[in-house]
Amino acid sequence: MSRLYIARNRRVAARSLDGEMLIMSGKDSTLFTLNKTATIIWQAADGATPLDEIVERRICPEYEVEPSAALQDAETLARELASHGIVDVSEKPIVPESGHANLPAGDRPGEQR
Amino acid sequence: MPELTTAVDCFQLTIEIGGMPVRVNTTDAAFLRMLQNRYSGFLGSGQQAAVEFDVELTRAGFGDPEADVRVTQRSGKWTLERGDFRAEWQPASRTGRIRQSANPYSIDAVLRIVHTLVLAQESSGFLLHAASAIRNGKAFLFAGVSGAGKTTISRLAPADATLLTDEISYVRQQVSGYVAFGTPFTGELAKLGENVFAPISRLYLLAQGPQNRIDPVPPGQATRELLANVLFFAEDQELVQKTFHSACEFVSRIPVSRLTFVPDARVWELIA
Repeated sequence: MSRLYIARNRRVAARSLDGEMLIMSGKDSTLFTLNKTATIIWQAADGATPLDEIVERRICPEYEVEPSAALQDAETLARELASHGIVDVSEKPIVPESGHANLPAGDRPGEQR
Repeated sequence: MPELTTAVDCFQLTIEIGGMPVRVNTTDAAFLRMLQNRYSGFLGSGQQAAVEFDVELTRAGFGDPEADVRVTQRSGKWTLERGDFRAEWQPASRTGRIRQSANPYSIDAVLRIVHTLVLAQESSGFLLHAASAIRNGKAFLFAGVSGAGKTTISRLAPADATLLTDEISYVRQQVSGYVAFGTPFTGELAKLGENVFAPISRLYLLAQGPQNRIDPVPPGQATRELLANVLFFAEDQELVQKTFHSACEFVSRIPVSRLTFVPDARVWELIA
Protein backbone atom coordinates (compact mmCIF):
# COMPACT_ATOMS: atom_id res chain seq x y z
CA MET A 1 0.00 0.00 0.00
CA SER A 2 1.41 3.40 -0.99
CA ARG A 3 2.02 6.10 1.55
CA LEU A 4 0.68 9.63 1.28
CA TYR A 5 2.82 12.71 1.85
CA ILE A 6 1.38 16.10 2.58
CA ALA A 7 2.99 19.57 2.44
CA ARG A 8 1.71 23.01 3.32
CA ASN A 9 1.11 25.06 0.20
CA ARG A 10 3.37 28.10 0.06
CA ARG A 11 0.72 30.20 -1.62
CA VAL A 12 -1.39 30.47 1.51
CA ALA A 13 -0.95 32.53 4.64
CA ALA A 14 -1.68 30.98 8.01
CA ARG A 15 -1.92 32.16 11.58
CA SER A 16 -2.97 30.50 14.80
CA LEU A 17 -5.12 32.79 16.94
CA ASP A 18 -6.01 31.59 20.40
CA GLY A 19 -5.71 27.98 19.24
CA GLU A 20 -7.75 28.50 16.09
CA MET A 21 -5.90 28.11 12.78
CA LEU A 22 -6.89 30.58 10.07
CA ILE A 23 -5.65 30.12 6.54
CA MET A 24 -6.08 32.49 3.62
CA SER A 25 -5.58 31.53 0.02
CA GLY A 26 -3.20 33.94 -1.69
CA LYS A 27 -4.80 33.07 -4.99
CA ASP A 28 -8.40 34.11 -4.37
CA SER A 29 -8.39 35.46 -0.78
CA THR A 30 -10.69 32.69 0.45
CA LEU A 31 -10.45 32.32 4.23
CA PHE A 32 -10.51 28.89 5.88
CA THR A 33 -10.72 27.92 9.52
CA LEU A 34 -9.24 24.54 10.42
CA ASN A 35 -10.65 22.36 13.16
CA LYS A 36 -8.33 20.79 15.72
CA THR A 37 -7.59 17.64 13.71
CA ALA A 38 -6.97 19.57 10.51
CA THR A 39 -4.70 21.94 12.42
CA ILE A 40 -2.59 19.04 13.70
CA ILE A 41 -2.23 17.68 10.18
CA TRP A 42 -1.49 21.14 8.76
CA GLN A 43 1.23 21.81 11.30
CA ALA A 44 2.85 18.43 10.69
CA ALA A 45 2.59 18.66 6.89
CA ASP A 46 6.27 19.04 6.11
CA GLY A 47 6.19 17.01 2.90
CA ALA A 48 8.66 14.48 4.34
CA THR A 49 6.64 12.76 7.06
CA PRO A 50 4.16 10.22 5.69
CA LEU A 51 0.56 10.85 6.69
CA ASP A 52 0.33 7.49 8.48
CA GLU A 53 3.19 8.55 10.75
CA ILE A 54 1.49 11.88 11.46
CA VAL A 55 -1.69 10.03 12.35
CA GLU A 56 0.13 7.49 14.51
CA ARG A 57 2.25 10.05 16.39
CA ARG A 58 -0.02 13.09 16.58
CA ILE A 59 -3.66 12.11 16.03
CA CYS A 60 -4.05 8.72 17.72
CA PRO A 61 -2.56 9.75 21.09
CA GLU A 62 -4.76 12.86 21.09
CA TYR A 63 -8.06 11.15 20.30
CA GLU A 64 -7.50 7.51 21.30
CA VAL A 65 -8.77 6.26 17.95
CA GLU A 66 -8.04 3.17 15.91
CA PRO A 67 -5.04 3.94 13.61
CA SER A 68 -6.60 2.48 10.46
CA ALA A 69 -9.86 4.41 10.89
CA ALA A 70 -7.98 7.58 11.82
CA LEU A 71 -5.75 7.25 8.74
CA GLN A 72 -8.76 6.86 6.48
CA ASP A 73 -10.31 10.03 7.92
CA ALA A 74 -6.98 11.84 7.67
CA GLU A 75 -6.58 10.90 4.00
CA THR A 76 -10.06 12.19 3.25
CA LEU A 77 -9.25 15.41 5.11
CA ALA A 78 -5.87 15.80 3.36
CA ARG A 79 -7.43 15.42 -0.07
CA GLU A 80 -10.12 17.94 0.87
CA LEU A 81 -7.49 20.43 2.01
CA ALA A 82 -5.63 19.78 -1.23
CA SER A 83 -8.79 20.46 -3.25
CA HIS A 84 -8.84 23.95 -1.71
CA GLY A 85 -5.15 24.47 -2.48
CA ILE A 86 -4.22 24.60 1.21
CA VAL A 87 -1.85 21.62 1.00
CA ASP A 88 -0.22 19.51 -1.67
CA VAL A 89 -0.47 15.72 -1.48
CA SER A 90 1.68 13.16 -3.23
CA GLU A 91 2.60 9.50 -3.03
CA LYS A 92 6.26 10.62 -2.94
CA PRO A 93 7.97 12.94 -0.46
CA ILE A 94 7.42 16.60 -1.37
CA VAL A 95 10.55 18.73 -1.39
CA PRO A 96 9.81 22.17 0.04
CA GLU A 97 10.95 25.20 -2.00
CA SER A 98 12.55 26.63 1.15
CA GLY A 99 11.70 26.95 4.81
CA HIS A 100 8.21 26.90 6.25
CA ALA A 101 5.16 27.80 4.23
CA ASN A 102 4.21 31.30 5.27
CA LEU A 103 4.06 30.50 8.94
CA PRO A 104 5.16 33.39 11.11
CA ALA A 105 7.56 32.67 13.96
CA GLY A 106 5.65 30.99 16.75
CA ASP A 107 3.24 29.18 14.44
CA ARG A 108 5.84 26.74 13.19
CA PRO A 109 5.56 23.16 14.42
CA GLY A 110 7.01 22.75 17.85
CA GLU A 111 7.06 26.48 18.60
CA GLN A 112 4.89 28.23 21.14
CA ARG A 113 3.33 31.63 20.62
CA MET B 1 8.79 81.73 -38.00
CA PRO B 2 5.61 80.75 -36.12
CA GLU B 3 5.83 79.12 -32.70
CA LEU B 4 5.69 75.34 -32.95
CA THR B 5 4.79 74.80 -29.34
CA THR B 6 2.18 76.24 -27.03
CA ALA B 7 2.68 76.64 -23.33
CA VAL B 8 0.07 74.68 -21.38
CA ASP B 9 -0.70 75.61 -17.83
CA CYS B 10 -0.20 72.77 -15.39
CA PHE B 11 -1.90 72.90 -12.04
CA GLN B 12 -1.15 70.69 -9.11
CA LEU B 13 -2.41 69.99 -5.65
CA THR B 14 -1.38 67.59 -2.91
CA ILE B 15 -3.98 65.42 -1.20
CA GLU B 16 -2.71 64.09 2.10
CA ILE B 17 -4.63 61.21 3.67
CA GLY B 18 -3.23 59.02 6.44
CA GLY B 19 -0.04 61.08 6.43
CA MET B 20 0.71 60.10 2.81
CA PRO B 21 0.91 63.01 0.34
CA VAL B 22 -0.32 62.28 -3.18
CA ARG B 23 0.30 65.00 -5.78
CA VAL B 24 -2.15 65.39 -8.64
CA ASN B 25 -1.21 67.27 -11.81
CA THR B 26 -3.83 68.53 -14.23
CA THR B 27 -4.07 71.02 -17.05
CA ASP B 28 -7.73 71.74 -16.31
CA ALA B 29 -8.33 74.60 -13.87
CA ALA B 30 -11.99 73.68 -13.32
CA PHE B 31 -11.04 70.12 -12.42
CA LEU B 32 -8.44 71.46 -9.99
CA ARG B 33 -11.10 73.59 -8.27
CA MET B 34 -13.36 70.55 -8.08
CA LEU B 35 -10.62 68.58 -6.31
CA GLN B 36 -9.84 71.48 -3.98
CA ASN B 37 -13.49 71.49 -2.88
CA ARG B 38 -13.72 67.71 -2.69
CA TYR B 39 -10.60 67.29 -0.53
CA SER B 40 -10.89 70.47 1.48
CA GLY B 41 -9.20 69.80 4.82
CA PHE B 42 -6.95 67.14 3.28
CA LEU B 43 -4.80 69.38 1.08
CA GLY B 44 -1.08 69.23 1.77
CA SER B 45 1.56 71.87 1.35
CA GLY B 46 3.19 70.41 -1.75
CA GLN B 47 6.08 68.77 0.02
CA GLN B 48 7.79 65.62 -1.32
CA ALA B 49 4.96 63.43 -2.58
CA ALA B 50 4.83 59.69 -1.94
CA VAL B 51 2.95 59.32 -5.23
CA GLU B 52 2.46 61.73 -8.14
CA PHE B 53 -0.28 61.34 -10.74
CA ASP B 54 -0.81 63.15 -14.02
CA VAL B 55 -4.53 63.23 -14.78
CA GLU B 56 -5.66 63.01 -18.40
CA LEU B 57 -9.28 64.06 -18.69
CA THR B 58 -11.59 62.36 -21.16
CA ARG B 59 -15.09 63.27 -22.31
CA ALA B 60 -17.87 63.29 -19.73
CA GLY B 61 -19.71 60.02 -19.18
CA PHE B 62 -16.65 57.95 -20.01
CA GLY B 63 -17.19 54.37 -18.80
CA ASP B 64 -19.29 52.70 -16.15
CA PRO B 65 -18.46 53.47 -12.49
CA GLU B 66 -20.48 50.41 -11.41
CA ALA B 67 -18.16 48.04 -13.26
CA ASP B 68 -15.83 45.77 -11.30
CA VAL B 69 -12.47 47.08 -10.17
CA ARG B 70 -9.41 45.28 -11.53
CA VAL B 71 -6.01 45.87 -9.93
CA THR B 72 -3.06 43.99 -11.38
CA GLN B 73 0.70 44.26 -11.32
CA ARG B 74 3.18 43.41 -14.04
CA SER B 75 6.92 44.14 -14.06
CA GLY B 76 6.63 46.60 -11.20
CA LYS B 77 3.79 48.58 -12.75
CA TRP B 78 0.30 48.57 -11.25
CA THR B 79 -2.75 48.93 -13.46
CA LEU B 80 -6.00 50.06 -11.84
CA GLU B 81 -9.13 49.76 -13.95
CA ARG B 82 -12.82 50.34 -13.53
CA GLY B 83 -15.38 51.28 -16.15
CA ASP B 84 -14.88 54.98 -15.46
CA PHE B 85 -11.09 55.14 -15.12
CA ARG B 86 -7.80 53.56 -16.01
CA ALA B 87 -4.72 54.35 -13.97
CA GLU B 88 -1.13 53.22 -14.04
CA TRP B 89 1.31 53.59 -11.22
CA GLN B 90 4.96 52.66 -10.79
CA PRO B 91 5.97 52.54 -7.11
CA ALA B 92 9.68 52.62 -8.04
CA SER B 93 9.39 56.02 -9.68
CA ARG B 94 6.45 57.08 -7.47
CA THR B 95 4.68 58.33 -10.58
CA GLY B 96 1.52 57.40 -12.38
CA ARG B 97 -1.19 58.48 -14.77
CA ILE B 98 -4.98 58.53 -14.43
CA ARG B 99 -7.37 58.65 -17.36
CA GLN B 100 -10.89 59.67 -16.35
CA SER B 101 -13.58 62.26 -16.97
CA ALA B 102 -13.74 65.43 -14.87
CA ASN B 103 -15.51 63.99 -11.85
CA PRO B 104 -14.38 63.52 -8.24
CA TYR B 105 -15.55 59.91 -7.88
CA SER B 106 -13.05 58.23 -10.19
CA ILE B 107 -9.99 59.80 -8.60
CA ASP B 108 -11.51 59.04 -5.20
CA ALA B 109 -11.50 55.34 -6.10
CA VAL B 110 -7.93 55.54 -7.44
CA LEU B 111 -6.74 57.16 -4.20
CA ARG B 112 -8.44 54.48 -2.09
CA ILE B 113 -6.85 51.71 -4.13
CA VAL B 114 -3.38 53.28 -4.07
CA HIS B 115 -3.56 53.70 -0.30
CA THR B 116 -4.60 50.04 0.13
CA LEU B 117 -1.65 48.96 -2.04
CA VAL B 118 0.89 51.09 -0.18
CA LEU B 119 -0.38 49.99 3.23
CA ALA B 120 -0.40 46.34 2.18
CA GLN B 121 3.07 46.51 0.66
CA GLU B 122 4.45 48.12 3.81
CA SER B 123 2.41 45.77 6.06
CA SER B 124 1.59 48.94 7.92
CA GLY B 125 -2.19 48.93 7.99
CA PHE B 126 -5.34 48.87 5.90
CA LEU B 127 -8.50 50.70 4.93
CA LEU B 128 -11.59 49.35 6.63
CA HIS B 129 -15.33 49.55 6.00
CA ALA B 130 -15.87 51.27 9.33
CA ALA B 131 -16.92 54.52 10.85
CA SER B 132 -14.42 55.96 13.31
CA ALA B 133 -14.30 58.74 15.83
CA ILE B 134 -12.04 60.18 18.51
CA ARG B 135 -13.29 60.60 22.04
CA ASN B 136 -11.15 61.56 25.05
CA GLY B 137 -8.04 61.30 22.89
CA LYS B 138 -8.75 57.71 21.83
CA ALA B 139 -9.98 56.45 18.47
CA PHE B 140 -12.83 53.95 18.19
CA LEU B 141 -13.67 52.00 15.04
CA PHE B 142 -17.18 50.77 14.19
CA ALA B 143 -16.97 48.16 11.44
CA GLY B 144 -19.76 46.61 9.47
CA VAL B 145 -21.12 46.00 6.03
CA SER B 146 -23.58 48.35 4.42
CA GLY B 147 -26.66 48.65 6.66
CA ALA B 148 -24.84 47.55 9.84
CA GLY B 149 -25.12 51.02 11.35
CA LYS B 150 -21.95 52.94 10.46
CA THR B 151 -23.87 56.03 9.41
CA THR B 152 -26.30 55.72 12.33
CA ILE B 153 -23.58 55.49 14.96
CA SER B 154 -21.82 58.45 13.32
CA ARG B 155 -25.00 60.52 13.30
CA LEU B 156 -25.59 59.73 16.99
CA ALA B 157 -22.05 60.80 18.02
CA PRO B 158 -22.04 63.34 20.86
CA ALA B 159 -20.58 66.81 20.51
CA ASP B 160 -17.35 65.84 22.24
CA ALA B 161 -16.60 63.15 19.64
CA THR B 162 -14.54 64.01 16.54
CA LEU B 163 -15.75 62.12 13.49
CA LEU B 164 -12.93 60.62 11.41
CA THR B 165 -15.22 59.04 8.82
CA ASP B 166 -18.67 57.50 8.56
CA GLU B 167 -17.63 54.98 5.92
CA ILE B 168 -13.94 54.10 5.38
CA SER B 169 -11.46 54.15 8.23
CA TYR B 170 -7.73 54.49 7.81
CA VAL B 171 -5.72 52.20 10.11
CA ARG B 172 -1.97 52.54 10.29
CA GLN B 173 0.56 50.80 12.52
CA GLN B 174 3.17 53.16 13.89
CA VAL B 175 6.00 52.63 16.34
CA SER B 176 3.71 53.72 19.16
CA GLY B 177 0.89 51.39 18.11
CA TYR B 178 -2.16 51.47 15.87
CA VAL B 179 -3.49 54.87 14.83
CA ALA B 180 -6.73 55.86 13.07
CA PHE B 181 -6.62 58.80 10.66
CA GLY B 182 -9.52 60.86 9.40
CA THR B 183 -10.48 60.35 5.77
CA PRO B 184 -12.42 62.28 3.13
CA PHE B 185 -14.13 59.03 2.11
CA THR B 186 -17.77 59.51 3.05
CA GLY B 187 -20.86 57.38 3.19
CA GLU B 188 -24.52 58.38 3.52
CA LEU B 189 -23.62 61.19 5.92
CA ALA B 190 -21.72 62.88 3.06
CA LYS B 191 -19.58 64.70 5.59
CA LEU B 192 -15.80 64.67 5.36
CA GLY B 193 -13.96 63.37 8.39
CA GLU B 194 -11.66 65.59 10.36
CA ASN B 195 -8.03 65.39 9.21
CA VAL B 196 -6.69 64.31 12.61
CA PHE B 197 -5.52 61.05 14.13
CA ALA B 198 -5.42 59.24 17.47
CA PRO B 199 -4.33 55.89 18.90
CA ILE B 200 -6.92 53.18 18.40
CA SER B 201 -8.52 52.03 21.62
CA ARG B 202 -11.00 49.43 20.37
CA LEU B 203 -12.69 47.99 17.30
CA TYR B 204 -16.41 47.45 17.56
CA LEU B 205 -18.19 45.07 15.19
CA LEU B 206 -21.62 46.60 14.70
CA ALA B 207 -24.93 44.84 15.12
CA GLN B 208 -28.36 46.27 15.71
CA GLY B 209 -30.55 44.75 18.43
CA PRO B 210 -33.15 45.41 21.11
CA GLN B 211 -30.70 46.83 23.66
CA ASN B 212 -27.28 48.41 23.90
CA ARG B 213 -24.63 45.93 24.92
CA ILE B 214 -20.97 45.08 24.39
CA ASP B 215 -19.81 41.48 24.10
CA PRO B 216 -16.31 40.06 23.64
CA VAL B 217 -15.44 38.46 20.29
CA PRO B 218 -12.97 35.53 20.14
CA PRO B 219 -9.80 36.32 18.13
CA GLY B 220 -10.57 33.94 15.27
CA GLN B 221 -14.06 35.33 14.80
CA ALA B 222 -12.74 38.89 15.15
CA THR B 223 -10.16 38.26 12.43
CA ARG B 224 -12.73 36.75 10.08
CA GLU B 225 -15.05 39.73 10.51
CA LEU B 226 -12.20 42.21 10.28
CA LEU B 227 -10.96 40.67 7.03
CA ALA B 228 -14.50 40.73 5.63
CA ASN B 229 -14.44 44.52 6.07
CA VAL B 230 -10.89 45.26 4.87
CA LEU B 231 -10.75 47.03 1.51
CA PHE B 232 -8.53 45.06 -0.81
CA PHE B 233 -8.55 44.98 -4.59
CA ALA B 234 -5.25 43.62 -5.84
CA GLU B 235 -4.90 40.31 -7.60
CA ASP B 236 -1.58 39.73 -5.92
CA GLN B 237 -0.63 36.73 -3.82
CA GLU B 238 2.07 38.46 -1.80
CA LEU B 239 -0.15 41.40 -0.87
CA VAL B 240 -3.04 39.09 0.07
CA GLN B 241 -0.71 37.31 2.48
CA LYS B 242 0.61 40.56 3.91
CA THR B 243 -2.90 41.92 4.43
CA PHE B 244 -3.94 38.69 6.14
CA HIS B 245 -1.02 38.93 8.56
CA SER B 246 -1.71 42.64 9.15
CA ALA B 247 -5.28 41.82 10.14
CA CYS B 248 -4.13 39.03 12.47
CA GLU B 249 -1.56 41.35 14.03
CA PHE B 250 -4.20 44.03 14.57
CA VAL B 251 -6.52 41.59 16.35
CA SER B 252 -3.71 40.38 18.56
CA ARG B 253 -3.05 43.95 19.75
CA ILE B 254 -6.38 45.81 19.67
CA PRO B 255 -9.44 44.67 21.66
CA VAL B 256 -12.37 43.71 19.44
CA SER B 257 -15.95 43.66 20.75
CA ARG B 258 -19.43 43.27 19.35
CA LEU B 259 -21.47 46.44 19.85
CA THR B 260 -25.16 45.71 19.65
CA PHE B 261 -27.18 48.89 19.73
CA VAL B 262 -30.56 50.48 19.29
CA PRO B 263 -30.53 53.65 17.17
CA ASP B 264 -30.41 55.96 20.16
CA ALA B 265 -27.73 58.39 21.36
CA ARG B 266 -27.42 56.48 24.65
CA VAL B 267 -25.23 53.92 22.89
CA TRP B 268 -22.39 56.44 23.16
CA GLU B 269 -22.55 56.15 26.95
CA LEU B 270 -20.83 52.78 26.43
CA ILE B 271 -18.06 54.27 24.26
CA ALA B 272 -15.32 55.88 26.32
